[in-house]
Amino acid sequence: MSHPFLEIENLKKSYPGKEKGQEFVVFEGANFTIDKGEFVCVIGHSGCGKSTILNILAGLDEASDGFVFMHGKDISGPSLERGVVFQNYSLLPWRTALQNVAFGVKARWPKWSKEQVTDHSLKYLELVGLKDAEHRKPSQLSGGMRQRVSIARAFATQPQLLLMDEPFGALDALTRGVIQEELIKIWGETKQTVFMITHDVDEAILLSDRILLMTNGPHARVAESVKVSIDRPRKRSDIVHHPDYYKIRNHLVDFLVNRSNEENTVPLHSQESATPVEVDLAS
Amino acid sequence: MLNSLRVKSTLLSIILLVLLLGIWEGANQAPADSKPLTEYELLMGGASQEARVPPPSDVIALGWKELSDPFYDAGPNDKGIGIQLGYSIYRVLVGFFLAALIAIPIGFLIGMSPLMYNALNPFIQVLRPISPLAWMPLALFIIKDSEVSAIFVIFICSIWPMLINTAFGVANVRKDWINVARTHQLTPIQTALQVILPAAAPTILTGMRISIGIAWLVIVAAEMLVGGTGIGYYVWNEWNNLDLSSVIFSIFMIGVIGMILDLLLAYAARWVEYQE
Repeated sequence: MSHPFLEIENLKKSYPGKEKGQEFVVFEGANFTIDKGEFVCVIGHSGCGKSTILNILAGLDEASDGFVFMHGKDISGPSLERGVVFQNYSLLPWRTALQNVAFGVKARWPKWSKEQVTDHSLKYLELVGLKDAEHRKPSQLSGGMRQRVSIARAFATQPQLLLMDEPFGALDALTRGVIQEELIKIWGETKQTVFMITHDVDEAILLSDRILLMTNGPHARVAESVKVSIDRPRKRSDIVHHPDYYKIRNHLVDFLVNRSNEENTVPLHSQESATPVEVDLAS
Repeated sequence: MLNSLRVKSTLLSIILLVLLLGIWEGANQAPADSKPLTEYELLMGGASQEARVPPPSDVIALGWKELSDPFYDAGPNDKGIGIQLGYSIYRVLVGFFLAALIAIPIGFLIGMSPLMYNALNPFIQVLRPISPLAWMPLALFIIKDSEVSAIFVIFICSIWPMLINTAFGVANVRKDWINVARTHQLTPIQTALQVILPAAAPTILTGMRISIGIAWLVIVAAEMLVGGTGIGYYVWNEWNNLDLSSVIFSIFMIGVIGMILDLLLAYAARWVEYQE
């Protein structure tokens, strides 16, 4: 039997409450799968536990219940097979841009020679358009450039799954737009499987194949899986004219504004009931 | 603007120096005698009955003489200032580096493990406030060697700032950088050397800088107790010789060497500094 690339089964995160026997459930009954090469975004209000899901996938946090399988194998602890791009870039400030990328490359292929590591790192720095800034320290780079270095570091290790935690959240709108296009370009070349968290509805539609919608916490759930039926390659300026664009956008906004609060009043009976509703708005 | 500020401050420093030396010089002149000395006064070596602090001109003249031949050795009671300072610097450096060798690894351990922190913290809190000189009798009794005892006192006084700063620096490395190490599957040793050490290095260097300052303060007192050689012994010996010019000159030299030691570590700190 063939497994999907990534399977999340009945995942739950809770913390012990103030009184004995009480528990504070952040989210529960999260069930979804991701196929190889798919770009999946998660949208939800703050506090619904989307970052926690990403950290569990990265192996940095532990689930209270449920399983995560990659290639049918249980995930335990962090791994180079799962690269992470953090919201606050998390570059090592005492290393130059090139050395930061090389840090990942060296960890991935410890037996490589120094030239191999440098060449490979430079290739990815060039991919994000930072070849000229290779010798600069993160403090000498703008926010957008730092996140580019961070993205280069993650892509350079060629992980099977790339996890991005609101990678553009701290950037201004113009820079964000430019890096989004670059991300599409790199993703088009490498066909990475990406799991990304975002707050931005337009960003999600531009980038992803599928959008997972989460209800509000506590007791948050992955309620819907919306297919983005817009052909690739996509351009920011073009997709707004696509007939499905506003249908999808309105559906997402409606969910976030009106429905994200109601969903978790429905009690969780079984695993089946927690499977997200598949939504396809293609005309 | 900055340049003119620097010029002004330098000028002001020089004026203050000249003013201070002038007052010092003027206040400590032997009174000019109007009458010729009596036979008794001649026998007693002058009219002035009051001992005076030597004026700066005497100190500078002595300093010039000492510094033009700093390494002469005319027996145990008469060695050049360079030799005495050399002994002191040697003791401080040996004690300091031995302390670093122990304090930094233990600081790492305490900083990385809350268990070790809680277990060792009471010991540190009790041992840290003890004046290093209080250890001297015990050290002399156990070690039975005054030279090694002096080094031990330096060791024990330099260990605490380095230990505490290392532990603090290591414990406060940003969680994100640790997560970067974890997602890149670095071994604990690799994480310690490639992420935690460079991240904590500025804090560790600050601890080392505090330590060497304290060590230099303590060596003078320790050598006064231990005797034999060293700048601390020299100051006390010249006091016994009632050579106050030498006392003042060596006080000045203690200050200069202390400043140089601090500058060296400040320079080293710049190598490991980073901007976030």
